Amino acid sequence: MNAQVRDCIVIGAGHNGLVCALTLARAGRSVLVVEAGAQLGGAAATRLFSPGFQVSACAHLLHLMSDDMMRDLQLEAHGLEWAAQGLPTTALVPDAPPLCMPDAAGAGGSALSARDGASYAGFRARMERFAGTLAAVLAETPPRLGTDAWSDRLALLRLGWRLRKLGRRDMRELLRIGAMNVHDLLEENFESPALRGALGFDAVLGTNFGPRSPGTVLTWLYRLAAEHAAPAAAAGGAGVLAQPRGGLGAVGAALGRAAAAAGVVIRTGAPVTSILVEADRACGVVLASGERIEARTVISNADPKTTFLELLGPRHLDTGFVRRVAHLRSHGLAAKLHLALDRLPRFTALDASRLKGRLLIAPSLEYLEHAYNHAKYGEYSAAPAMEITLPTVNDPALAPDGAHVLSAIVQYAPYALKEGWPAARGRFVDLAIDTIEHFAPGLRGSIVGSELLTPVDLEREFRMSGGHWHHGELAFDQFFFVRPVPGATQHRAPVPGLFLCGAGCHPGGGVMGVAGRNAARQILRQAA
Amino acid sequence: MTAPHYLQPLLKTPFHDRARAASQVESFIPWAGYTTVDVFTTMEQEYFAIRNAATLYDLTPMVKYRIAGRDALPYLNRLVTRDLGRLAPNRVAYAVWCNDAGHLIDDGTVFRLGADEYRLCTAERQLDWLLSAAIGFEVDVTEVTAQIAALAVQGPTSCAVLRTLGLAGIERLKPFEIGTFKVGAAGVTVSRTGFTGDLGYEVWMEPEDAESVWDALMIAGRSRGIRAIGSQALNTARIEAGFLSPNVDFVSAEHTIRAGRERSPFELGLGWLVDFAKGHFNGRRALLREKERGPRRQLVGLDVAGSKPAHNALLYADDSGKREIGSVSSAIWSPTCKRNIALAMVDAPFFAMGSSIWAEIYLNRELVWERRMSRARVVERPFSPRSGAVPRHRMIFEPRIAA
Repeated sequence: MNAQVRDCIVIGAGHNGLVCALTLARAGRSVLVVEAGAQLGGAAATRLFSPGFQVSACAHLLHLMSDDMMRDLQLEAHGLEWAAQGLPTTALVPDAPPLCMPDAAGAGGSALSARDGASYAGFRARMERFAGTLAAVLAETPPRLGTDAWSDRLALLRLGWRLRKLGRRDMRELLRIGAMNVHDLLEENFESPALRGALGFDAVLGTNFGPRSPGTVLTWLYRLAAEHAAPAAAAGGAGVLAQPRGGLGAVGAALGRAAAAAGVVIRTGAPVTSILVEADRACGVVLASGERIEARTVISNADPKTTFLELLGPRHLDTGFVRRVAHLRSHGLAAKLHLALDRLPRFTALDASRLKGRLLIAPSLEYLEHAYNHAKYGEYSAAPAMEITLPTVNDPALAPDGAHVLSAIVQYAPYALKEGWPAARGRFVDLAIDTIEHFAPGLRGSIVGSELLTPVDLEREFRMSGGHWHHGELAFDQFFFVRPVPGATQHRAPVPGLFLCGAGCHPGGGVMGVAGRNAARQILRQAA
Repeated sequence: MTAPHYLQPLLKTPFHDRARAASQVESFIPWAGYTTVDVFTTMEQEYFAIRNAATLYDLTPMVKYRIAGRDALPYLNRLVTRDLGRLAPNRVAYAVWCNDAGHLIDDGTVFRLGADEYRLCTAERQLDWLLSAAIGFEVDVTEVTAQIAALAVQGPTSCAVLRTLGLAGIERLKPFEIGTFKVGAAGVTVSRTGFTGDLGYEVWMEPEDAESVWDALMIAGRSRGIRAIGSQALNTARIEAGFLSPNVDFVSAEHTIRAGRERSPFELGLGWLVDFAKGHFNGRRALLREKERGPRRQLVGLDVAGSKPAHNALLYADDSGKREIGSVSSAIWSPTCKRNIALAMVDAPFFAMGSSIWAEIYLNRELVWERRMSRARVVERPFSPRSGAVPRHRMIFEPRIAA
């Protein structure tokens, strides 16, 4: 083969693409990353949304990247700094005092009712045990079912052993609740609607589910498992929610520096239009400029629909596979609201120290479910649920002196809104502001700029099909063994020489880097 | 107003009234949602008309899809296993198509009607698969089964019948060629295709012209022994020709329920239809792996000793019946060969040409069952002279027209 040909080309400099490139480069591969946009990090991005005001454009907290991954990537050595770590969560309750959520150990929260107080510590402890078991599963490439390969059998045995190690009672409980919905689980354990709502919110954040949707215990466990391995928890700290200085874009930038230090070549502003295939093997990419770049291995950080239906094209794939990819559920339901404020908002009855953490508007599970009901029919609810942060409280440099930024994930904002986003955008922004204003009177008067990123905008900005953060819904039928679809598991595309390294793979989205690292390991194993 | 579908579970083809009038034994069977004739008079009479005269067979229920658009050719080439790139306009090609695992979904014929227009004739309805296959292609796929009436005109005098009917130049139509003609005022499309292995044509027309074309053919063919035939006679002819029948000799991979019941083109002896050099097509990667591995079983023709058809017989490597190696899917006493022939799926290595195996045949003799182990030999298809079947030259008939 031509000695000039590069070993690997990675399409997309999202966090997973960079982790993958870095891992491959450290193993001695020559790696080129081509990124369509100007920034690195994908959904870990910082954005100037109003003159002088910056915000994390998609994810606004870092809480899923494992301690092990952080150390492996050496992000801090490459310039990542923390604006704050161990951030608290507060649930806003209409016409009642806010509920300060206790941490995993049960400390530091508002007083719970006698019954909830008695349940809480035990419940959290059990969920943490489950999370601990699943954390290892989350970090690995899932085995394939029905093969004769020893590696697959061994991995299945390991999985079984991990579950068994939980002990009889915990294993039974995990199997019982594993496919349940989070509404029923929380109803079994707690009586306070505010507590249930706040806990349930994390189970449905960024998903296409309401708390009564089957599989929402799984999505919650998924989040808890990822958080379980995150640094603060690993160090036995108070909380895992962390805010990088300079916004999430700092993670992308640090990853870029780490990758460059490992020898990765990164080109931005170089959108890929197609993947080259010769003799049924992926052998490079074509850029929008018409430039062809060859490589022995092509790795796509793009979502599965974009990778297979647009970049590779159905002509190189079998019909059954294309049908599965086309049916992948990947419509996002979360919008991002960014407000530029000339002063710090004042939330009723809320201690100023809580403003450095996240504020939830999910006063009950019914509230969440109602909000979701509308989304099912292509509408948005008059009472949306939200996760709010005020990043400038910890990192004043994101806004001019004395001014502040409010960043909110607003749910549910359906991708395929019936009336269309151009018509609804203004009203939706007003609705979201009114919803926050209820808890922070006078907010509206302090707004000097605003921006709403609907799933349609997120799709365009971050080139993710359907605007879904996870590059495809995290649901039983798109999870673990079968993620993203049968025929493309274990990071391997049906076309030899092509691999996937994005959130469409196990373990899914969130700024974790696991998919990228596992993809690299798979490529290195394959070549070995 | 026609009755809603639930009140007329079987549809009627445009030839139905003619067929009912010609039927002497009221033997009808359902086919793809239509009422069709199994036997008009006797199977033997109809079969011998195929081999010695001319026959009319209503094939309207054959499922037909119109495939048109800029990407029609790339679409079809990704769908089927053979290379259609060289299929010229007004030509027909036999083709099979597979799922991702390289298992047969169906077989059928592809008619190239224009630069970017094709017709796909299939046994089973499969619009869902065809539409899924269209993702990413600029192509329009429409079912046109009910919009086109069709008659197979088959038998050694079929060319002469069509010439008498006024289809000038029909004798120059080559095998798998398509031509357009007039029958009275009706425009018809004629393809030199068929399912009998004999000289024959398929005549495609507007449903409203169906009866007039039927009548004209019957008049034109009167002196050449034309007769309407049902599915039984056709089935006998197609087994002699060695053609496969869906749901008899294989089950579509989209319909199998049990694992391992799907069949690949190689297993069905259709490896000659698989072109790995043409670029990607559905199932290519799986078929390449299978080709490297070699087929585990194969469909073959059998020449069975004795005169009793080996219907559904289990096949063995030895006459003691200890080692089972396959089974028969189609079997007849061949009237033209005067031999006992069968199509069977046989395990490796016993499917090799010339290998000798055993068939377990059960005979019901006045309600007493007898079991007979008959020797069977793997022979060429179409069943050829030395293997004791239809002489090969009779299978690809050239039209002979008296000057």
